Amino acid sequence: MRVAITLLFLLPTFCFAQDDLLKELQESEKKETEYVISTFNGSRLVNGQSVETRHKRELEFIFAHRFGRINDGIYELFGLDQAYVRIGLEYGITDRLSAGFGRNSVDKTMDTYLRYKVFRQTIGGGMPVSITAFGNAAVKTSPKKKDADYDIQLQDRMSYTAQVLIARKFSPALSLQLMPTIVHRNIVADQTTENNDEFALGIGGRLKVSRSVSLNSEYYYRFDVPAGNPYYNSLGFGVDIETGGHVFQLVLTNTRGLTERAFISETDGDFLAGDLHLGFNVTRTFQFKGARK
Amino acid sequence: MLLVCFGFSAPGQKYILERSSVIFFSAGAIEDIRAENIKTSSIFNVSTGEVVFLVPISDFEFEKELMKEHFNEKYLETVKFPKAIFQGKFLNIKSDQVGEQVMKASGKLTIHGVTKEVNFAGTIDIKPNRIIARSKFTIRLEDYKIKIPQLVWQNIAEEVEVTVEFYYKPQ
Repeated sequence: MRVAITLLFLLPTFCFAQDDLLKELQESEKKETEYVISTFNGSRLVNGQSVETRHKRELEFIFAHRFGRINDGIYELFGLDQAYVRIGLEYGITDRLSAGFGRNSVDKTMDTYLRYKVFRQTIGGGMPVSITAFGNAAVKTSPKKKDADYDIQLQDRMSYTAQVLIARKFSPALSLQLMPTIVHRNIVADQTTENNDEFALGIGGRLKVSRSVSLNSEYYYRFDVPAGNPYYNSLGFGVDIETGGHVFQLVLTNTRGLTERAFISETDGDFLAGDLHLGFNVTRTFQFKGARK
Repeated sequence: MLLVCFGFSAPGQKYILERSSVIFFSAGAIEDIRAENIKTSSIFNVSTGEVVFLVPISDFEFEKELMKEHFNEKYLETVKFPKAIFQGKFLNIKSDQVGEQVMKASGKLTIHGVTKEVNFAGTIDIKPNRIIARSKFTIRLEDYKIKIPQLVWQNIAEEVEVTVEFYYKPQ
Protein backbone atom coordinates (compact mmCIF):
# COMPACT_ATOMS: atom_id res chain seq x y z
CA MET A 1 0.00 0.00 0.00
CA ARG A 2 2.72 2.45 0.95
CA VAL A 3 4.63 1.58 -2.18
CA ALA A 4 1.55 2.21 -4.28
CA ILE A 5 1.04 5.63 -2.71
CA THR A 6 4.67 6.54 -3.18
CA LEU A 7 4.44 5.55 -6.84
CA LEU A 8 1.29 7.59 -7.22
CA PHE A 9 3.13 10.60 -5.89
CA LEU A 10 6.27 9.99 -7.90
CA LEU A 11 4.74 9.34 -11.28
CA PRO A 12 3.37 12.81 -11.98
CA THR A 13 6.55 14.34 -10.58
CA PHE A 14 8.58 12.38 -13.01
CA CYS A 15 6.61 13.50 -16.04
CA PHE A 16 5.98 17.12 -15.11
CA ALA A 17 9.28 18.07 -13.57
CA GLN A 18 11.32 17.22 -16.64
CA ASP A 19 9.03 19.21 -18.87
CA ASP A 20 9.48 22.11 -16.46
CA LEU A 21 13.24 21.72 -16.62
CA LEU A 22 13.13 21.57 -20.41
CA LYS A 23 11.02 24.71 -20.53
CA GLU A 24 13.34 26.46 -18.16
CA LEU A 25 16.32 25.46 -20.28
CA GLN A 26 14.70 26.53 -23.54
CA GLU A 27 13.80 29.91 -22.07
CA SER A 28 17.31 30.50 -20.79
CA GLU A 29 18.89 29.94 -24.21
CA LYS A 30 20.30 32.90 -26.04
CA LYS A 31 19.25 33.28 -29.64
CA GLU A 32 22.22 33.46 -31.99
CA THR A 33 21.97 34.52 -35.61
CA GLU A 34 22.14 31.46 -37.82
CA TYR A 35 23.01 31.65 -41.49
CA VAL A 36 21.51 29.68 -44.32
CA ILE A 37 23.90 27.10 -45.77
CA SER A 38 24.00 25.23 -49.07
CA THR A 39 21.97 27.65 -51.16
CA PHE A 40 23.55 25.84 -54.11
CA ASN A 41 25.64 22.68 -54.31
CA GLY A 42 28.50 24.16 -56.23
CA SER A 43 30.29 27.30 -57.22
CA ARG A 44 28.65 27.13 -60.69
CA LEU A 45 24.94 27.19 -61.38
CA VAL A 46 25.32 25.88 -64.93
CA ASN A 47 27.91 27.95 -66.81
CA GLY A 48 27.97 30.95 -64.54
CA GLN A 49 28.70 31.65 -60.93
CA SER A 50 26.60 31.00 -57.85
CA VAL A 51 26.63 32.94 -54.56
CA GLU A 52 28.57 30.14 -52.88
CA THR A 53 32.07 30.95 -51.71
CA ARG A 54 34.57 28.36 -50.59
CA HIS A 55 35.09 27.78 -46.90
CA LYS A 56 38.30 29.06 -45.40
CA ARG A 57 41.36 27.08 -46.56
CA GLU A 58 39.30 25.00 -48.93
CA LEU A 59 40.66 24.42 -52.41
CA GLU A 60 38.26 23.51 -55.15
CA PHE A 61 39.49 21.94 -58.33
CA ILE A 62 37.02 22.37 -61.15
CA PHE A 63 37.16 20.55 -64.43
CA ALA A 64 34.50 21.67 -66.87
CA HIS A 65 33.93 20.44 -70.34
CA ARG A 66 31.56 21.11 -73.23
CA PHE A 67 31.20 18.86 -76.25
CA GLY A 68 30.46 20.16 -79.74
CA ARG A 69 26.97 20.76 -81.07
CA ILE A 70 24.55 17.89 -80.87
CA ASN A 71 23.00 18.94 -84.20
CA ASP A 72 26.32 18.48 -86.02
CA GLY A 73 25.01 14.98 -86.47
CA ILE A 74 26.47 11.51 -86.64
CA TYR A 75 29.64 12.54 -88.56
CA GLU A 76 30.76 14.46 -85.45
CA LEU A 77 29.13 11.84 -83.22
CA PHE A 78 26.63 14.48 -82.10
CA GLY A 79 29.36 16.80 -80.90
CA LEU A 80 31.31 14.21 -78.97
CA ASP A 81 34.27 14.55 -81.35
CA GLN A 82 35.00 18.02 -80.03
CA ALA A 83 35.85 19.17 -76.56
CA TYR A 84 36.07 22.59 -74.99
CA VAL A 85 37.63 22.47 -71.58
CA ARG A 86 38.17 24.78 -68.66
CA ILE A 87 40.44 23.73 -65.82
CA GLY A 88 40.40 25.91 -62.76
CA LEU A 89 41.13 26.29 -59.08
CA GLU A 90 39.34 28.31 -56.44
CA TYR A 91 40.59 28.91 -52.90
CA GLY A 92 38.86 30.17 -49.78
CA ILE A 93 40.91 32.98 -48.26
CA THR A 94 38.21 33.45 -45.64
CA ASP A 95 34.76 31.88 -45.38
CA ARG A 96 33.45 34.83 -47.39
CA LEU A 97 36.28 35.66 -49.81
CA SER A 98 37.43 33.29 -52.54
CA ALA A 99 39.95 33.73 -55.33
CA GLY A 100 40.19 31.64 -58.46
CA PHE A 101 41.81 31.24 -61.82
CA GLY A 102 41.47 28.97 -64.78
CA ARG A 103 42.05 28.40 -68.43
CA ASN A 104 39.42 27.73 -71.03
CA SER A 105 40.31 26.28 -74.40
CA VAL A 106 37.74 28.55 -76.09
CA ASP A 107 39.90 31.44 -77.44
CA LYS A 108 42.64 30.04 -75.17
CA THR A 109 41.32 32.27 -72.41
CA MET A 110 42.86 32.62 -68.99
CA ASP A 111 40.69 34.12 -66.30
CA THR A 112 41.19 35.17 -62.72
CA TYR A 113 38.56 36.29 -60.27
CA LEU A 114 37.52 37.20 -56.76
CA ARG A 115 34.18 36.67 -55.14
CA TYR A 116 33.08 38.08 -51.83
CA LYS A 117 29.94 37.19 -49.91
CA VAL A 118 28.70 40.60 -48.78
CA PHE A 119 25.48 39.46 -47.11
CA ARG A 120 24.44 36.06 -45.85
CA GLN A 121 20.80 35.01 -45.70
CA THR A 122 19.78 34.37 -42.11
CA ILE A 123 17.44 31.72 -40.74
CA GLY A 124 14.21 33.19 -39.45
CA GLY A 125 14.17 36.68 -40.94
CA GLY A 126 16.74 39.43 -40.69
CA MET A 127 18.51 39.06 -44.01
CA PRO A 128 16.26 37.59 -46.72
CA VAL A 129 18.97 37.02 -49.36
CA SER A 130 22.63 36.20 -49.78
CA ILE A 131 24.55 38.65 -51.94
CA THR A 132 27.93 37.89 -53.45
CA ALA A 133 30.01 40.32 -55.50
CA PHE A 134 31.99 38.74 -58.31
CA GLY A 135 34.67 40.32 -60.50
CA ASN A 136 37.00 38.82 -63.06
CA ALA A 137 39.64 39.73 -65.59
CA ALA A 138 40.28 37.49 -68.56
CA VAL A 139 42.82 37.44 -71.35
CA LYS A 140 42.32 35.80 -74.73
CA THR A 141 45.71 34.39 -75.65
CA SER A 142 44.48 33.43 -79.12
CA PRO A 143 45.45 34.47 -81.77
CA LYS A 144 49.22 34.50 -81.54
CA LYS A 145 50.74 37.93 -82.05
CA LYS A 146 52.27 36.96 -85.41
CA ASP A 147 49.00 35.49 -86.64
CA ALA A 148 46.90 38.53 -85.76
CA ASP A 149 45.77 40.74 -88.65
CA TYR A 150 46.99 43.84 -86.80
CA ASP A 151 49.59 44.66 -84.13
CA ILE A 152 47.64 43.14 -81.26
CA GLN A 153 48.47 44.36 -77.75
CA LEU A 154 47.74 42.79 -74.39
CA GLN A 155 44.94 45.26 -73.63
CA ASP A 156 43.19 44.23 -76.85
CA ARG A 157 42.86 40.74 -75.44
CA MET A 158 41.35 41.74 -72.13
CA SER A 159 37.80 41.56 -70.85
CA TYR A 160 36.35 42.23 -67.42
CA THR A 161 33.18 41.15 -65.67
CA ALA A 162 31.40 42.51 -62.64
CA GLN A 163 28.40 40.73 -61.18
CA VAL A 164 26.12 41.07 -58.21
CA LEU A 165 24.76 37.62 -57.37
CA ILE A 166 21.58 37.77 -55.32
CA ALA A 167 20.17 34.47 -54.10
CA ARG A 168 17.49 33.26 -51.79
CA LYS A 169 17.00 29.76 -50.48
CA PHE A 170 13.23 29.54 -50.25
CA SER A 171 13.20 26.02 -48.86
CA PRO A 172 15.67 23.14 -48.58
CA ALA A 173 14.64 22.21 -52.12
CA LEU A 174 14.28 25.54 -53.90
CA SER A 175 16.83 28.32 -54.38
CA LEU A 176 16.67 31.15 -56.92
CA GLN A 177 19.31 33.60 -58.03
CA LEU A 178 19.42 36.90 -59.93
CA MET A 179 22.63 38.07 -61.57
CA PRO A 180 22.88 41.69 -62.75
CA THR A 181 26.04 41.67 -64.86
CA ILE A 182 28.29 43.88 -66.90
CA VAL A 183 30.88 42.42 -69.25
CA HIS A 184 33.41 44.86 -70.65
CA ARG A 185 35.45 43.89 -73.69
CA ASN A 186 38.27 46.24 -74.68
CA ILE A 187 37.98 45.22 -78.31
CA VAL A 188 35.01 43.64 -80.10
CA ALA A 189 35.08 42.13 -83.58
CA ASP A 190 32.55 44.59 -85.03
CA GLN A 191 31.64 47.73 -83.15
CA THR A 192 28.45 48.30 -85.17
CA THR A 193 26.87 45.05 -84.00
CA GLU A 194 28.50 44.48 -80.61
CA ASN A 195 28.66 46.51 -77.40
CA ASN A 196 31.98 46.91 -75.61
CA ASP A 197 29.95 47.15 -72.42
CA GLU A 198 27.38 44.40 -72.34
CA PHE A 199 24.69 44.73 -69.71
CA ALA A 200 22.89 41.52 -68.83
CA LEU A 201 20.57 40.11 -66.24
CA GLY A 202 20.90 36.47 -65.36
CA ILE A 203 18.26 34.41 -63.65
CA GLY A 204 18.69 30.90 -62.40
CA GLY A 205 17.77 28.39 -59.78
CA ARG A 206 17.93 24.92 -58.44
CA LEU A 207 15.31 22.43 -57.45
CA LYS A 208 16.41 19.51 -55.34
CA VAL A 209 14.77 16.27 -56.36
CA SER A 210 16.53 14.18 -53.73
CA ARG A 211 19.06 14.81 -51.01
CA SER A 212 21.96 14.54 -53.44
CA VAL A 213 20.45 15.43 -56.81
CA SER A 214 19.17 18.77 -58.02
CA LEU A 215 17.95 20.28 -61.30
CA ASN A 216 19.50 23.61 -62.24
CA SER A 217 18.81 26.22 -64.87
CA GLU A 218 20.33 29.52 -65.85
CA TYR A 219 19.53 32.22 -68.43
CA TYR A 220 21.36 35.43 -69.24
CA TYR A 221 19.32 38.17 -70.94
CA ARG A 222 21.39 40.88 -72.65
CA PHE A 223 20.07 44.44 -72.82
CA ASP A 224 20.29 46.81 -75.82
CA VAL A 225 21.76 44.29 -78.22
CA PRO A 226 22.53 46.10 -81.51
CA ALA A 227 20.77 44.95 -84.68
CA GLY A 228 22.75 42.32 -86.53
CA ASN A 229 24.47 41.03 -83.41
CA PRO A 230 25.64 37.51 -84.24
CA TYR A 231 25.28 36.12 -80.72
CA TYR A 232 22.49 34.66 -78.60
CA ASN A 233 21.48 34.83 -74.98
CA SER A 234 22.88 31.87 -73.11
CA LEU A 235 20.58 29.28 -71.63
CA GLY A 236 21.55 26.17 -69.77
CA PHE A 237 20.06 23.30 -67.84
CA GLY A 238 21.87 20.96 -65.54
CA VAL A 239 21.59 18.02 -63.19
CA ASP A 240 23.78 18.22 -60.09
CA ILE A 241 24.87 15.12 -58.25
CA GLU A 242 26.58 15.83 -54.98
CA THR A 243 28.60 13.06 -53.34
CA GLY A 244 30.73 14.04 -50.38
CA GLY A 245 33.58 16.16 -51.64
CA HIS A 246 32.56 15.88 -55.31
CA VAL A 247 29.92 17.67 -57.32
CA PHE A 248 29.09 16.32 -60.77
CA GLN A 249 27.03 18.56 -63.00
CA LEU A 250 25.70 17.32 -66.32
CA VAL A 251 24.65 20.23 -68.50
CA LEU A 252 22.87 21.04 -71.72
CA THR A 253 23.51 24.53 -73.04
CA ASN A 254 23.82 26.61 -76.21
CA THR A 255 27.31 27.87 -75.38
CA ARG A 256 30.77 26.39 -75.57
CA GLY A 257 32.43 29.02 -73.45
CA LEU A 258 33.15 28.80 -69.75
CA THR A 259 34.31 32.31 -69.05
CA GLU A 260 31.86 35.20 -68.65
CA ARG A 261 32.88 36.90 -71.86
CA ALA A 262 32.38 33.74 -73.82
CA PHE A 263 29.04 32.61 -72.46
CA ILE A 264 27.34 35.92 -71.68
CA SER A 265 28.52 38.03 -74.65
CA GLU A 266 29.65 35.51 -77.24
CA THR A 267 27.27 32.57 -77.17
CA ASP A 268 27.03 31.46 -80.78
CA GLY A 269 24.44 28.72 -80.51
CA ASP A 270 20.72 29.21 -81.06
CA PHE A 271 19.09 27.10 -78.36
CA LEU A 272 15.75 26.82 -80.18
CA ALA A 273 17.47 25.83 -83.43
CA GLY A 274 19.06 22.93 -81.58
CA ASP A 275 22.61 24.28 -81.34
CA LEU A 276 23.09 22.44 -78.08
CA HIS A 277 26.16 21.24 -76.27
CA LEU A 278 26.32 18.48 -73.73
CA GLY A 279 28.89 18.92 -71.04
CA PHE A 280 29.83 18.48 -67.46
CA ASN A 281 31.42 20.27 -64.55
CA VAL A 282 33.24 18.17 -62.00
CA THR A 283 34.52 19.67 -58.79
CA ARG A 284 36.63 18.15 -56.07
CA THR A 285 37.12 19.99 -52.81
CA PHE A 286 40.21 19.68 -50.64
CA GLN A 287 40.40 21.04 -47.11
CA PHE A 288 43.75 22.18 -45.81
CA LYS A 289 44.38 21.31 -42.18
CA GLY A 290 43.88 23.77 -39.40
CA ALA A 291 40.86 25.50 -40.84
CA ARG A 292 39.11 25.45 -37.50
CA LYS A 293 40.29 27.75 -34.80
CA MET B 1 -3.14 15.77 -7.77
CA LEU B 2 -1.85 18.95 -9.37
CA LEU B 3 -0.87 20.27 -5.99
CA VAL B 4 1.01 17.11 -5.26
CA CYS B 5 2.82 17.48 -8.55
CA PHE B 6 3.84 21.06 -7.89
CA GLY B 7 4.79 20.14 -4.39
CA PHE B 8 7.24 17.58 -5.61
CA SER B 9 8.74 19.57 -8.46
CA ALA B 10 9.57 22.50 -6.19
CA PRO B 11 13.18 23.48 -6.86
CA GLY B 12 15.77 21.16 -5.45
CA GLN B 13 19.46 21.89 -5.87
CA LYS B 14 19.82 22.75 -9.57
CA TYR B 15 23.04 22.73 -11.51
CA ILE B 16 23.81 24.22 -14.93
CA LEU B 17 26.72 23.69 -17.29
CA GLU B 18 29.97 25.48 -16.87
CA ARG B 19 31.46 23.75 -19.89
CA SER B 20 30.74 20.64 -21.88
CA SER B 21 31.85 18.48 -24.72
CA VAL B 22 29.83 16.19 -26.93
CA ILE B 23 31.99 14.29 -29.39
CA PHE B 24 30.84 11.89 -32.01
CA PHE B 25 33.12 9.60 -33.85
CA SER B 26 32.47 7.37 -36.80
CA ALA B 27 35.12 5.07 -38.20
CA GLY B 28 34.90 4.87 -41.98
CA ALA B 29 36.68 2.88 -44.64
CA ILE B 30 37.97 6.01 -46.35
CA GLU B 31 38.10 8.50 -43.53
CA ASP B 32 37.11 8.76 -39.88
CA ILE B 33 34.64 11.45 -39.03
CA ARG B 34 34.87 13.27 -35.72
CA ALA B 35 32.95 16.29 -34.55
CA GLU B 36 32.78 18.15 -31.28
CA ASN B 37 30.09 20.35 -29.80
CA ILE B 38 30.81 22.62 -26.86
CA LYS B 39 27.52 24.55 -27.00
CA THR B 40 25.28 22.11 -25.15
CA SER B 41 23.03 23.51 -22.45
CA SER B 42 21.67 21.49 -19.56
CA ILE B 43 19.96 21.69 -16.20
CA PHE B 44 20.49 18.96 -13.62
CA ASN B 45 18.46 18.74 -10.45
CA VAL B 46 20.76 16.91 -8.10
CA SER B 47 18.12 16.16 -5.49
CA THR B 48 15.78 14.39 -7.91
CA GLY B 49 18.32 13.25 -10.50
CA GLU B 50 16.28 14.87 -13.25
CA VAL B 51 18.24 16.23 -16.13
CA VAL B 52 17.62 17.80 -19.55
CA PHE B 53 20.05 18.55 -22.39
CA LEU B 54 19.76 20.65 -25.50
CA VAL B 55 22.44 20.04 -28.12
CA PRO B 56 22.41 22.55 -31.00
CA ILE B 57 23.16 20.45 -34.07
CA SER B 58 24.66 23.29 -36.10
CA ASP B 59 27.39 23.71 -33.47
CA PHE B 60 29.08 20.40 -34.19
CA GLU B 61 32.49 21.38 -35.51
CA PHE B 62 34.20 19.09 -37.99
CA GLU B 63 37.70 18.90 -39.31
CA LYS B 64 36.32 19.78 -42.73
CA GLU B 65 33.81 22.57 -43.21
CA LEU B 66 32.23 20.75 -46.11
CA MET B 67 31.49 17.79 -43.82
CA LYS B 68 29.74 20.13 -41.41
CA GLU B 69 27.68 21.55 -44.24
CA HIS B 70 26.63 18.10 -45.46
CA PHE B 71 25.99 16.88 -41.92
CA ASN B 72 23.53 19.72 -41.34
CA GLU B 73 22.06 19.95 -44.82
CA LYS B 74 21.73 16.34 -45.88
CA TYR B 75 21.80 14.09 -42.83
CA LEU B 76 20.44 15.88 -39.77
CA GLU B 77 18.22 18.39 -41.63
CA THR B 78 19.14 20.97 -39.05
CA VAL B 79 16.79 23.65 -40.36
CA LYS B 80 13.88 21.34 -39.55
CA PHE B 81 15.35 19.74 -36.41
CA PRO B 82 17.78 22.25 -34.90
CA LYS B 83 18.37 20.49 -31.58
CA ALA B 84 18.97 17.10 -30.07
CA ILE B 85 17.12 16.81 -26.76
CA PHE B 86 17.59 14.48 -23.83
CA GLN B 87 15.01 14.40 -21.04
CA GLY B 88 15.52 11.94 -18.27
CA LYS B 89 17.20 11.06 -15.03
CA PHE B 90 20.59 10.18 -13.67
CA LEU B 91 19.78 7.11 -11.62
CA ASN B 92 21.44 5.57 -8.56
CA ILE B 93 23.19 8.78 -7.49
CA LYS B 94 24.25 9.19 -3.90
CA SER B 95 24.31 12.97 -3.89
CA ASP B 96 25.87 13.21 -0.44
CA GLN B 97 28.80 11.05 -1.42
CA VAL B 98 31.82 12.96 -2.67
CA GLY B 99 33.91 11.36 -5.40
CA GLU B 100 33.33 9.39 -8.57
CA GLN B 101 30.50 6.88 -8.74
CA VAL B 102 28.88 4.80 -11.41
CA MET B 103 25.46 5.88 -12.61
CA LYS B 104 22.90 5.16 -15.25
CA ALA B 105 21.13 7.73 -17.40
CA SER B 106 17.67 6.85 -18.54
CA GLY B 107 15.16 8.85 -20.52
CA LYS B 108 14.01 10.08 -23.91
CA LEU B 109 16.51 11.07 -26.55
CA THR B 110 15.29 13.08 -29.54
CA ILE B 111 17.51 13.39 -32.60
CA HIS B 112 16.39 14.36 -36.10
CA GLY B 113 12.82 14.63 -34.80
CA VAL B 114 12.75 10.99 -33.66
CA THR B 115 12.32 10.20 -29.95
CA LYS B 116 13.65 6.98 -28.43
CA GLU B 117 13.76 5.59 -24.90
CA VAL B 118 17.43 5.16 -24.04
CA ASN B 119 19.68 3.97 -21.22
CA PHE B 120 23.32 4.93 -20.97
CA ALA B 121 25.98 3.90 -18.48
CA GLY B 122 28.27 6.56 -17.16
CA THR B 123 29.99 8.05 -14.19
CA ILE B 124 29.29 11.04 -12.03
CA ASP B 125 31.96 12.82 -10.03
CA ILE B 126 30.67 14.89 -7.13
CA LYS B 127 32.91 17.63 -5.77
CA PRO B 128 32.14 20.65 -3.65
CA ASN B 129 30.20 22.95 -5.98
CA ARG B 130 31.12 20.88 -9.02
CA ILE B 131 29.55 17.83 -10.60
CA ILE B 132 31.09 16.12 -13.60
CA ALA B 133 29.05 13.63 -15.61
CA ARG B 134 30.65 11.43 -18.24
CA SER B 135 29.34 8.81 -20.59
CA LYS B 136 30.21 6.95 -23.76
CA PHE B 137 27.58 5.22 -25.83
CA THR B 138 26.68 4.35 -29.41
CA ILE B 139 23.82 5.58 -31.52
CA ARG B 140 22.44 3.72 -34.49
CA LEU B 141 21.71 6.25 -37.22
CA GLU B 142 18.88 4.08 -38.49
CA ASP B 143 17.04 4.43 -35.15
CA TYR B 144 16.74 8.16 -35.74
CA LYS B 145 15.90 7.90 -39.45
CA ILE B 146 19.21 9.40 -40.48
CA LYS B 147 19.72 8.01 -43.96
CA ILE B 148 23.05 7.66 -45.61
CA PRO B 149 23.02 8.02 -49.41
CA GLN B 150 24.19 4.93 -51.25
CA LEU B 151 26.95 6.81 -53.03
CA VAL B 152 28.85 7.60 -49.87
CA TRP B 153 27.89 4.62 -47.78
CA GLN B 154 31.46 3.50 -47.29
CA ASN B 155 32.26 6.88 -45.81
CA ILE B 156 29.88 6.78 -42.88
CA ALA B 157 29.39 4.01 -40.36
CA GLU B 158 25.90 2.96 -39.35
CA GLU B 159 26.74 3.40 -35.71
CA VAL B 160 28.47 6.38 -34.23
CA GLU B 161 30.23 6.52 -30.91
CA VAL B 162 29.27 9.45 -28.70
CA THR B 163 31.44 10.66 -25.83
CA VAL B 164 29.99 13.27 -23.50
CA GLU B 165 31.50 15.23 -20.67
CA PHE B 166 29.51 17.77 -18.67
CA TYR B 167 30.92 20.07 -16.00
CA TYR B 168 28.16 21.39 -13.77
CA LYS B 169 28.13 24.27 -11.33
CA PRO B 170 25.29 25.38 -9.03
CA GLN B 171 22.66 27.50 -10.77
